[in-house]
Amino acid sequence: MVDGGGATQGQGAAHKAPLVRFEGITKRFGQLTAVEHLSLDIAQGEFFALLGPSGCGKTTLLRMLAGFETPSEGRILLDGEDIVAMPPHERPVNMMFQNYALFPHLSVEGNIAFGLRQEKVAWPEIAERVTEMLALVRMPGFSKRRVDQLSGGQRQRVALARALIKRPRVLLLDEPMAALDKKLRAETQFELMELQGRLGTTFIIVTHDQDEAMIVADRIAVMDHGRLAQLAPPAEIYERPNSRWVADFIGEVTIVKGYLAKDSMLDSGLGRLRLPAGSGGNPGTTVWLAVRPEKLRINAERPTTGDVNAVLGTVFEIGYRGDMSIYKVRLADRSLMKVALANTNAGGQPSFGIDQLVWVSWLPDAGVVLTK
Amino acid sequence: MLLLPYLWLTAFFLAPFLIVLKISLSQPALAQPPYVPVLDLAAGWAGLQSFFAALSADNYALLGSDWLYLLAYLKSLQVAAISTVILLAVGYPIAFGIARLPRWLQPVLVMLVILPFWTSFLIRVYAWINILQRDGLLNQLLLRLHIVDTPVAWLSSDTAIYIGVVYSYLPFMVLPLYATLEKMDETLLEAAADLGCPRWKTFWLVTLPLSLPGVAAGALLCFIPITGEFVIPDLLGGAETFMIGQTLWMEFFANKDWPVASAIAVALLCLLLVPMLFYERLQQRSFEGGR
Repeated sequence: MVDGGGATQGQGAAHKAPLVRFEGITKRFGQLTAVEHLSLDIAQGEFFALLGPSGCGKTTLLRMLAGFETPSEGRILLDGEDIVAMPPHERPVNMMFQNYALFPHLSVEGNIAFGLRQEKVAWPEIAERVTEMLALVRMPGFSKRRVDQLSGGQRQRVALARALIKRPRVLLLDEPMAALDKKLRAETQFELMELQGRLGTTFIIVTHDQDEAMIVADRIAVMDHGRLAQLAPPAEIYERPNSRWVADFIGEVTIVKGYLAKDSMLDSGLGRLRLPAGSGGNPGTTVWLAVRPEKLRINAERPTTGDVNAVLGTVFEIGYRGDMSIYKVRLADRSLMKVALANTNAGGQPSFGIDQLVWVSWLPDAGVVLTK
Repeated sequence: MLLLPYLWLTAFFLAPFLIVLKISLSQPALAQPPYVPVLDLAAGWAGLQSFFAALSADNYALLGSDWLYLLAYLKSLQVAAISTVILLAVGYPIAFGIARLPRWLQPVLVMLVILPFWTSFLIRVYAWINILQRDGLLNQLLLRLHIVDTPVAWLSSDTAIYIGVVYSYLPFMVLPLYATLEKMDETLLEAAADLGCPRWKTFWLVTLPLSLPGVAAGALLCFIPITGEFVIPDLLGGAETFMIGQTLWMEFFANKDWPVASAIAVALLCLLLVPMLFYERLQQRSFEGGR
């Protein structure tokens, strides 16, 4: 069952025959539409993330793949076979639940062995595979422990071992790290990636944490109100968001509204701005220019380089974050622009003071033109 | 302030028990009260000495030597045990069914389970006489449906006792079972299904083991009072069935032998202490497990 292919990076995975295919999936709960006409392919060996705010339908989508919900419309294909009518206990997918859902009346061993015991696997083999799984999640010697004697991180590992022991075609992870503290979460994210690379199993993770999705996933499906907002590798989602909503949801961004002018120029409340080369379109069309804070520079003098965009403003607020500071600069049209500056100078004093008159500049190619 | 609960316990539980214990060690007498010795504090130290000297365990020896009492105890345990098993078989599906209904509907059905308590227990048992007697509702129905040709003698039999007991104690079984089943984590059932366990098997592997505290609570809540039950066997049972509650009543009211009646009560209490202690330990274990 375990494919030797290993983790595939980026879009390359999408070109292979899909392992999981959602085809025109709609799910309604009474009046509420949780998922609306969504189609999505997930390749074998991919680490795939469903990302979105709470209530966007990402968990519903995962639960439909596990078999706990039935789609109102559409098909779900696994290896080309429609599995909508297949009950959850027959599907070759396993899920790691958000609250882990460990059986409190069973030991660690009993929990991990549960899946295999349903398959009439012989005891010696079960014992062997449980030991193997405990080693895999770095918890050897914990087999006889009771579940209530484990820490949150240990429970998470047991839940992972329990879901992996049946060597599922797809491992579903429902907010797997939501209950862990920040430091442990960061460690676990890397462990999970390493584990996925080693096993080659397809992982689908549901998360509302954009950092988590960006770190672990090969591709991210950003969901909003039951619809697919954007589907791309993390870097593309961050650098080339396809809408204001995605740009705003993923990371920090400043968005400037304006009208297209000739020669890749934008008429905005901040004056005439240069757009990335080749940004064509009908002059006069309303578009939005999105710029990430780390792509911006602050100078006391107007930059002399010819083709950079530069706007004048006053420093309004400085948020110190240790490695960097976020400057909020109030511009001529009273809007605020967020600029991230690395704190490279020793001592940690801010490079610019509050109320100081500064120039915010960026290269035209650093911006992204959004049409919706 | 901290002592108040203990004062309550002493006043309402320990003191009455000590009085009963004392009477059980006395001898019957044609007097007021109908037993000797009576503690006479005016007689001082000597009175106290002669009081304790007059106490004896003769009544307990009688309980052990006369088959009448032993059989009554055994009969009581038998009725309680069989009834508890029937109650479990009937109550579990009811509790399970209620716990799986939509949230808003559950309180309504729990209310229906409790509803009979609004009518006097005695009246409800009398109502069963009406149903079970020779020309009662049950026989009328069976005759009308041509299931039987001649009326069945339901009343004054063990069957009638079991019907009455199961009917009367059902809420005590359903409520604790419902309480444990209702708070069971649904995702555990999903996890079992996810790991390849079909529904019927999930019940045996997950639901039932996790509801065992409720099973124990319900079973004891029924078993203990049924053992001492008096009204139901007296009204619905036959002459050949003699439970310990009836024996006690007879000693007390018919024979006016308060000491023997008290000894029966104390012995019954000791007998029931066994399952109670067992339950106590079980609870303690699950409490420790919960931490």
